Amino acid sequence: MYKLEHKLTAWHMGIALAALAIGGLIGPFQKLEHVGVNLYSLLRPIGVQSYYQGLTIHGVLNALVWTTFFITGFFTFATVHSLGRPMRYPRLSIAALVVMGLGTVMAAVPVLLNQATVLFTFYPPLKASPFYYIGLTLVVVGSWMVGWSMYFTYGAWRKEHPGERTPFIALASLITMVMWQIATFGIAVEMLWLVIPWSLGLVEGTDPQLARTLFWFTGHPIVYFWLLPAYVSWYGMVPKQAGGKMFSEPLARLAFWLFLILSTPVGFHHQYMDPGVPVGWKYFHAIFTYGVFFPSMLTAFTVIASLELGGRARGGTGLLGWIRKLPWGDPSYAAQNLAMILFAFGGISGLTNASYNMNLVVHNTIWVPGHFHLTVGTAVTLSFFGILYWLLPKLTGKELWNRKAAVWQAWTWFIGMIFMSNAMHVMGLRFGIPRRTMLGVAPYADAEWQLFLIEAAVGALILLVSGILFYLNVVGTVFFSRKLTQPVEMPVAEPLDPHPSPAWLDAWRPWLAVALVLIIVAYGPMLITMISQVRLNAPGFRVW
Amino acid sequence: MIEIDRYEKIWIVVSAVILVLFFSALTVAAFATGIQLPGPVQQVDPRTVATPGVSPFGEPGLRELGPGRYEVYILAQTWQFTPNEIRIPAGSTLTFYLTSKDVQHGFRLEKTNINMMIIPGQVSSLSRAFDEPGTYNFVCQEYCGIGHQAMFGRLIVEP
Repeated sequence: MYKLEHKLTAWHMGIALAALAIGGLIGPFQKLEHVGVNLYSLLRPIGVQSYYQGLTIHGVLNALVWTTFFITGFFTFATVHSLGRPMRYPRLSIAALVVMGLGTVMAAVPVLLNQATVLFTFYPPLKASPFYYIGLTLVVVGSWMVGWSMYFTYGAWRKEHPGERTPFIALASLITMVMWQIATFGIAVEMLWLVIPWSLGLVEGTDPQLARTLFWFTGHPIVYFWLLPAYVSWYGMVPKQAGGKMFSEPLARLAFWLFLILSTPVGFHHQYMDPGVPVGWKYFHAIFTYGVFFPSMLTAFTVIASLELGGRARGGTGLLGWIRKLPWGDPSYAAQNLAMILFAFGGISGLTNASYNMNLVVHNTIWVPGHFHLTVGTAVTLSFFGILYWLLPKLTGKELWNRKAAVWQAWTWFIGMIFMSNAMHVMGLRFGIPRRTMLGVAPYADAEWQLFLIEAAVGALILLVSGILFYLNVVGTVFFSRKLTQPVEMPVAEPLDPHPSPAWLDAWRPWLAVALVLIIVAYGPMLITMISQVRLNAPGFRVW
Repeated sequence: MIEIDRYEKIWIVVSAVILVLFFSALTVAAFATGIQLPGPVQQVDPRTVATPGVSPFGEPGLRELGPGRYEVYILAQTWQFTPNEIRIPAGSTLTFYLTSKDVQHGFRLEKTNINMMIIPGQVSSLSRAFDEPGTYNFVCQEYCGIGHQAMFGRLIVEP
C-alpha cells in the first residue's frame, strides 16, 4: 500500500535530513567564535569563507530547507494515511519534488560559492546571485504543488465519502497548506516583481522598505507553517502514543481554523522599528498578534488533557502522578513532550517580541534567535525528530537502531537548548547584544558578556552531541538495523467523544472568506499606499 | 455547537481575560506612557542622499537648535556611522535622524529605548532627553556585510 507515497516521503525526508546535517553543524562554530575560538578555517575545505557565509548556510538550510522538505514529506504521508486513499495525481507530487529539489540546488550552489551571503532574510539592497532568489522561489512553488496534490486527493476522497467529516489529521494538514499558500503571496510578489528582475539587472534599483513589508507578509505566517505540522502530531498522534485519546477534537479543529485566519494579518510586528510603516498600523498588527496567541492556548489545554488521559489509562493517579506514567522510554514520545515544554517558554518570549513597547528593548538583539531556537529550533525540530523516530522505521521497514540513544538525544537537545537559549535571552535583554554578528571580534564587546557567551557555547556543544546521537540513529536505522518484527503504523488518536464534530468545523468557504477579509483589512491600505509610491531607486550591493 | 468540558471552559475564559489584559496594557503603553516607535518622517533618494547640498545627510553631524535642544543627522554606510562620536551636555534633548546610502543597517543605543532600522530611501527618527552623564554605545544591529561587527559609535553625555 502507498508504495509511491512512501518513496516520495523518503525523498523529502532524505533532503531535509541532509540539509539539517550541514546547517546544524555550523551552529556550534558561531557560538565558539563568540567566545574567541574561531574554527572557520576548518570549514574552508567545504567552501565556507566567513562567519556570515556560514550563518547564511545555517539559516537557509535549517529554517528553510529542513523545515519545508520535512513538512511536505510528512504531509504527503499523513494525508494519504489519514484519508485512507492514495494520491489522486501522483505525477503532480513527483513533479513537486523535482521542482523543490531543483530549487534547492539552484539556491545552494551560490550560497556555497559565497555568491549569496545575504542570510535567509536576504534584505535588499544586499544583492545575491539571481540563482539564489530563483532557487528559493522554486522551493516555494514546489511546496505549493505538494499542496495542490493534497487538495486533489482530498477532493477525490470527498466525492467518495459524501457527508462524512474529514479525518482530523488530513484536515489539519490541508488547512496548514492552504494557510501557507495564502501567506506566500507576499514573498512571491517580492521575488517576482522586485528582487529577481533587479538581481538579473533588468531594473536598476529596488524599494527596500516595500521588499521588507512583502517579506514579512510571509515571514510571520512561515513560523506557523513550521509549527502547525508539530501541532498535527501533538493533537492527532502523540495522545495515541501516550495511550490516551484526543480530549476535544472539535476544539482542535477550531484551533487550526483560527490559525488559518489569524496567521497572516500580523506581519508588521516584525517591522515595529521600520521607519516606513506608520505607527497606527504597527499597533493594529500588535493586537492581531495577541489574537493568534489564543489558538495556542487552546492547544496547550487540549494536548495536556489528552496526555493526562493517557497517563491515567496507564495507571497513573493523583494530581500529577500520571505524568510519571507517560511513556518516557519511547523516544518518539519523549522528544515531543520535551519539545512542548520548551515551547511554553518560546511562546512567552514570542509574546514579548510581539509587544509593541518591549520590542524596542529586544529588536534585533540576540534575544530574537534565543526565542526562535526554542520555537523552530526545539518545538518544531525536536518534534520532527520525534516523528522521525516512528516514521523512519515505517519507511525503511527496519527497527529504530538504538532506542536508548534516541531518548538521550531528546534529553540532550532539551538541556542544550535550555543553556543556549537562556544565555541568548539574557544577553539580548540585559546588554542589547546584536544578533547575526561576529561578536568574537566586535570592538564594542564588553567583559560582562563573557559568562553568558560561554553558557551559550556550552549549550551549543551539548546540542552538537545531541545532533551526533540523532544522525547515528538515522544512519544506523537506514543501513545497519534489523528488520521490523512488528509493523509500524501512523499513530492516530481517537476522539474521546465519538460524536462527529459540527459541520461548520469542516466547511472551508466561511473560514477562507474571513481569512481574506482580515488580510485585506490589515494589509490592503498600506500595501496600496506603498505600491502606488514605489520608488525603485536603491542600487544593489555585494558587501561580503 | 460544541460540547466543552467544564475545566476547558474555565481555561478558555482565563485565556481570553489574559489576552484582554495584554491588549489593555499594550494600549496604555502605546498611547499614555510616551513610548515612541519610529514612523514615516521623510523619504530620500539613496543615490544622492550623501551629496552635500542635496540633503542634510550630505553634511551629517550635530546641530544645536536652542538651549538644551539638539538634533543629529547620522549617515550609515558600510561599515560606519558618520559622525561616530556625538557630544551633548547632560539635560539635553537629542533628536536622531538616520538614513543609509547603501544597504540596510540598524541603530540601537545601549541603556535606552532607542532602537531603529535604517533603510535606504527612508529617514528614521526618535528623540530622547539625556539627563545621566556617561558614554552610550550605538551599535549597528542589522547584518550589513562582512564588516558588520565593526560598525558602532559613541554618544557622550557630558556632565
